[in-house]
Amino acid sequence: MKFQIEDVTVYFPYDNIYPEQYSYMVELKRALDAKGHCLLEMPTGTGKTIALLSLITSYSLSKPQRQVKLIYCTRTVHEMEKTLAELKLLHNYQIKHLGPAAGILAIGLSSRKNLCVNPTVLAAENRDSVDAACRKLTASWVRALAAENPNVPTCEFFENYERAASAAVLPPGVYTLQDLRAYGREKGWCPYFLARHMVQFANVVVYSYQYLLDPKVAGIISKEMQKESVVVFDEAHNIDNVCIEALSVSVRSKTLDGASRNLSRINQEIERFKATDAGRLRAEYNRLVEGLAQRGNLAATDTWLANPALPDDILKEAVPGNIRRAEHFLHVLRRLVQYLRGRLDTENVEKESPISFVASLNTHAGIDQKTLKFCYDRLHSLMLTLEITDTDEFLHIQTICDFATLVGTYSRGFSIIIEPFDERMPHIPDPVLQLSCHDASLAIKPVFDRFQSVVITSGTLSPIDLYPRLLNFHPVVSRSFTMSLTRDCICPMVLTRGSDQLPVSTKFDMRSDPGVARNYGKLLVEMVSVVPDGIVCFFVSYSYMDGIINSWNETGVLKEIMQHKLVFIETQDVVETTLALDNYRRACDCGRGAVFFSVARGKVAEGIDFDRHYGRLVIMFGIPFQYTLSKILIARLEYLRDTFQIKEGDFLTFDALRQAAQCVGRVIRSKADYGMMIFADKRYSRHDKRSKLPGWILSHLRDANLNLSTDMALHIAREFLRKMAQPYDKTGTGGRKTLLSQEDLEKMAENGVQEMLF
Amino acid sequence: MASGQVTKRVKYKTSVKDPGTPGRLLLTMEKLAFRPNNPNSASKFDMEFRYIKNHKYTKEGSNKAPMLNLTSNQGVSYIFEFENYNDLQVCKEFVGKALSKSGETPKPADTSQSLSEQPSTEELLLRMNLLRENSELQKLHKRFVSDGVLTDAEFWATRKKLLSGDLSRKSKQRVGLKSVMLSDSKPLIDGRTNKVTFNLTPEIVREIFAEKPAVHQAYLNVVPNKMTDKDFWTKYCRAEYLHHSKNAHAAAAEAAEDEELALFLKPDDILASETRRKIRCVDPTLDMEADQGDDYTHLPDHGIVRDGSKEITDSQNEPYMRTLLQDLNRHSAVVLEGTAIDDEQLKDTQTVAEALIQSKQGHKTANEEDDGNASQEKLNRISKMMEIEDLQGSNDLPLAPLCIKDPRDYFDSQQACAFKTSRDTTIGTEAVSTREAYGSLRDSISQIKVMGLNDPIIKPEVAMKVLSVLTHNISSTKYHLGKNPRESVLDGFPNKIKEDLLHHWMSIEELLRHYWSSYPVTTAYLYAKVNRLKDAMSKIDSQLQEMKESVQSDLRNQLTLLIRPMQQALEAAMQHHDADLQKRLAKSGERPNGYV
Repeated sequence: MKFQIEDVTVYFPYDNIYPEQYSYMVELKRALDAKGHCLLEMPTGTGKTIALLSLITSYSLSKPQRQVKLIYCTRTVHEMEKTLAELKLLHNYQIKHLGPAAGILAIGLSSRKNLCVNPTVLAAENRDSVDAACRKLTASWVRALAAENPNVPTCEFFENYERAASAAVLPPGVYTLQDLRAYGREKGWCPYFLARHMVQFANVVVYSYQYLLDPKVAGIISKEMQKESVVVFDEAHNIDNVCIEALSVSVRSKTLDGASRNLSRINQEIERFKATDAGRLRAEYNRLVEGLAQRGNLAATDTWLANPALPDDILKEAVPGNIRRAEHFLHVLRRLVQYLRGRLDTENVEKESPISFVASLNTHAGIDQKTLKFCYDRLHSLMLTLEITDTDEFLHIQTICDFATLVGTYSRGFSIIIEPFDERMPHIPDPVLQLSCHDASLAIKPVFDRFQSVVITSGTLSPIDLYPRLLNFHPVVSRSFTMSLTRDCICPMVLTRGSDQLPVSTKFDMRSDPGVARNYGKLLVEMVSVVPDGIVCFFVSYSYMDGIINSWNETGVLKEIMQHKLVFIETQDVVETTLALDNYRRACDCGRGAVFFSVARGKVAEGIDFDRHYGRLVIMFGIPFQYTLSKILIARLEYLRDTFQIKEGDFLTFDALRQAAQCVGRVIRSKADYGMMIFADKRYSRHDKRSKLPGWILSHLRDANLNLSTDMALHIAREFLRKMAQPYDKTGTGGRKTLLSQEDLEKMAENGVQEMLF
Repeated sequence: MASGQVTKRVKYKTSVKDPGTPGRLLLTMEKLAFRPNNPNSASKFDMEFRYIKNHKYTKEGSNKAPMLNLTSNQGVSYIFEFENYNDLQVCKEFVGKALSKSGETPKPADTSQSLSEQPSTEELLLRMNLLRENSELQKLHKRFVSDGVLTDAEFWATRKKLLSGDLSRKSKQRVGLKSVMLSDSKPLIDGRTNKVTFNLTPEIVREIFAEKPAVHQAYLNVVPNKMTDKDFWTKYCRAEYLHHSKNAHAAAAEAAEDEELALFLKPDDILASETRRKIRCVDPTLDMEADQGDDYTHLPDHGIVRDGSKEITDSQNEPYMRTLLQDLNRHSAVVLEGTAIDDEQLKDTQTVAEALIQSKQGHKTANEEDDGNASQEKLNRISKMMEIEDLQGSNDLPLAPLCIKDPRDYFDSQQACAFKTSRDTTIGTEAVSTREAYGSLRDSISQIKVMGLNDPIIKPEVAMKVLSVLTHNISSTKYHLGKNPRESVLDGFPNKIKEDLLHHWMSIEELLRHYWSSYPVTTAYLYAKVNRLKDAMSKIDSQLQEMKESVQSDLRNQLTLLIRPMQQALEAAMQHHDADLQKRLAKSGERPNGYV
């Protein structure tokens, strides 16, 4: 369908539209017009992504003079694929209605691991070895060598791509990672470098958060994005965590050992070059004197991860004299590693600010702050000079330099915590020195500064006023949408008691109670016999899930569950979890039905949808609080209290409840879909906890469903499922329309927008 | 006719135009014989009915001579011209009966011109299969067709759907594997000695082989060359026991000493390679491995390690500890994949092992073939999944059709549940009266008359109301009386009576179906059929009566309740028959040459 929002003609690939999608677009358009940032919360299952994509693409179509580039950030690669699939749908529709004029170029960008098509490179096991294997074939000096000596292996895909030069472009269209690989194979061009090249010209770029937020990656990939771009962070409820993680480093004794090995290897290389090609080292020195940490414009293949500090904070000065010479720099690094080793060898937990850490480093090891700051760039330069290609071997020393640069650059918002062991397993010595960032606004600040519109959106951003504080920005639009429902297609319940009427909870003192495990088991056994197709269960942690499944196995509960449905489980092994999920979906598709056990805050909870028959019921066993005794968490809470006046308890509850809401929110995808949510913990019945849930869940949580036992929940479930099985009128009954057609929209435009919505 | 032999004067012809050889036709149940009047004629012959494939005849009233045409299975026709239609009638009847007796009954055609259809051999095979698979159908078939109440063709004519449905169901669904983990059965420990017993059945062995390809491989390698079947399994059980005891050190120690034992405890290499293959064709919208490949924040030692939201990965990846979670995932994957081994092959471990390897090879080649299609299909599926269903017409996912082995089980339990819950919801207030339900039905019908059909045609509430009133009596007699709501009244009877009752009910249904479909009686054939059916019905009626009397007094009441609707149905049929007969007699005065 096609309709007007003020001066923009919006092309929307469906025949109907939800009213909240329409108002979402209206708000979004206002933010674009105002060239400001915005914060939008809209319930899952109301087609957020497609509304967003179709508005922004239509916006740039209707304003050809103002080219709006869309940078769409997802948290995970599979969400990227989903977004691109929706975009494809939209693009086909726009092409059909507007002809080739609507053609856009949209690409997904990922690492070499996911884009490479060279079989020898792909044979490498993990991401870092793939990167290194690629560098071994494509680094500029390797190619120079290969030009003289045909026996030096190169990558034919890259060579073809280079040979095609400016002819190597992608025709307009929407390219998922798989499409890029297929295109690369067909043309014989390297898809990774092709995609990296095309990022500048694409109308829509879809990639992962860290390509903008993590300076190490953003420094290479996102350097040249135009200011006019619209940046979207989808599913952004965890964005603060991504931000602080991007600026945090930890050092273990393993890292130090590896770093020492790296240093001796570098030493050998230096000696070798001194003997054969001393001029090269001298040239590097001269360059550093001139104040160039970087060697001008690097060939794309030579780039490595960029500086871990944010671009604004990197000094544009000459490298200090004491580390210009390779040997001297090596010496500094040796002293640094030695010092860190000494600090790790402690028996107590230590907490320090960066300032005092740098001061003590200066007195004990004689390394000043400015030297520290330049560590990363100096290392990078050295490795390029030494023509090192197996970068995956040098991750340890890189970590040390990351740490040095960060600790030398930032004095506030960080703290250094040294722990001799993890409190949860005090018998295993595992000393770790962590530089942890507490201020989420640091990492995202350059993004807000650089781009004119940043859209932060998710299904759960409640309380919506907290995010601008955490991220320190001023949105021009900040709105939370409710959901207009045709029928009550979600059914949240709070289960406080088991079948024996005893309370259930994952509270610390009740967690190990066998009665609670039995009651939880009983609940699931009853539910699997009533609910069709898929059921998803979320536990508070892996260890808790492991424990409870083992106890269910021993007591025979698991056997009873398996009489009705197959069981699949998320494990810490990503490959196994992926296969389990794939199988789970197939079990639901073929009608056999299955249960999926998963973990809140786990990988599955983060981005996998359990919509339609893939999830008719979600059970959240317990409240997923963070481990409150963690030193880092305590430090962060202190920081939040001191800087933003956010109370510790409030933040913990907010964090736990957004995780819970995120878990259960994955159950519906559209208004035709339906699903139940059970919060199985007595603490959910308390108002202070419950009220932190997003409004669209709360509005369906009836008072009668706040304090249920297993048998009552079972009864409600039966009723609900029977009701949902009835045919219904999709366009909504009564005065409120829940599905708008083109006609409705046109009528609305005449009568003024206000009357129709909410 | 009842004498089992018929003799008529006929003219035998080899074709319609042939003037014919006069003589006598002799018919017995087994064969027919033609004796020409002129004993020297060469046309004398004997023929057994089982060689007759087809028969047709001219219709009374057409201006042709009364002729009967029999076709043998070699395609030769034998034509007999009778002196009058009455003779033809008698012979026709007789031939029909004789043919049905010989097993391959052609459907007696009512019209002279159209050839009666002879079932193809394929269909015959299908019928045989159906009878073999469905014991109830077989019983019915035996009772009516063999006793001559119905002809084979009549019997099957009402089951055309079954036959055609079966044709399309050629690719039969296999029975899936059980969801429960068999191989996880706990070892039996007897209290006195330190002996531990494991039970292995071929079914469990199949599961072990399917879930642990390394064990399967090992079995194929070492048995029977290196060790016996028994030794192999003893060793396997030992490994399992070690695993159960959750003592990684002991397991490691034992594995170091014994390489075969180590095989069972080590991670499965075959499985690992299979995993690598599978992960490549996983749906990209849930591929979390790709995600890991894109994550530069979590370089080793980057990001936050111990903030409490992440788990501690204790060094649990010890090679000798397989976790329960992995086992569960593996098991469910295997169940979902299904097996190609039939139950007949579940004899001993050796056959299971071999059958499994064969099925795997077949699978592999098939996999390679459709790899290309799969990726395209995958893409299509993703784009379909992306669509928001209620904004646009939805696409249905291909679902396997529901295959219910025993319909009665299914519907009984469904009804029991529905009844139970409906009782739950409408506590006390005996929900709706018949009148009320009827009223609301009428309302909605008149509404439809006014407004025309819309979607849904009838409001679900109304439909539910009417349905529950209509079935309430049935369900209440059936389920009210049982103590357990899932137990029907039928289960209260001795097995013999229960079976008889069900059988009678089926028979009555069958008879009534045929009976009512024969009306109005327009041909002699139908007339005969109705008479036959009537006889059979009265027989069943008396059997029911007998049964009612034979049963013990405490059950009699319930039995009567169940039998009453059957008897009522039979009575209605009889009454209709009598009434019809009288009408016919009244008419036959006007038409003296009616059918008798």
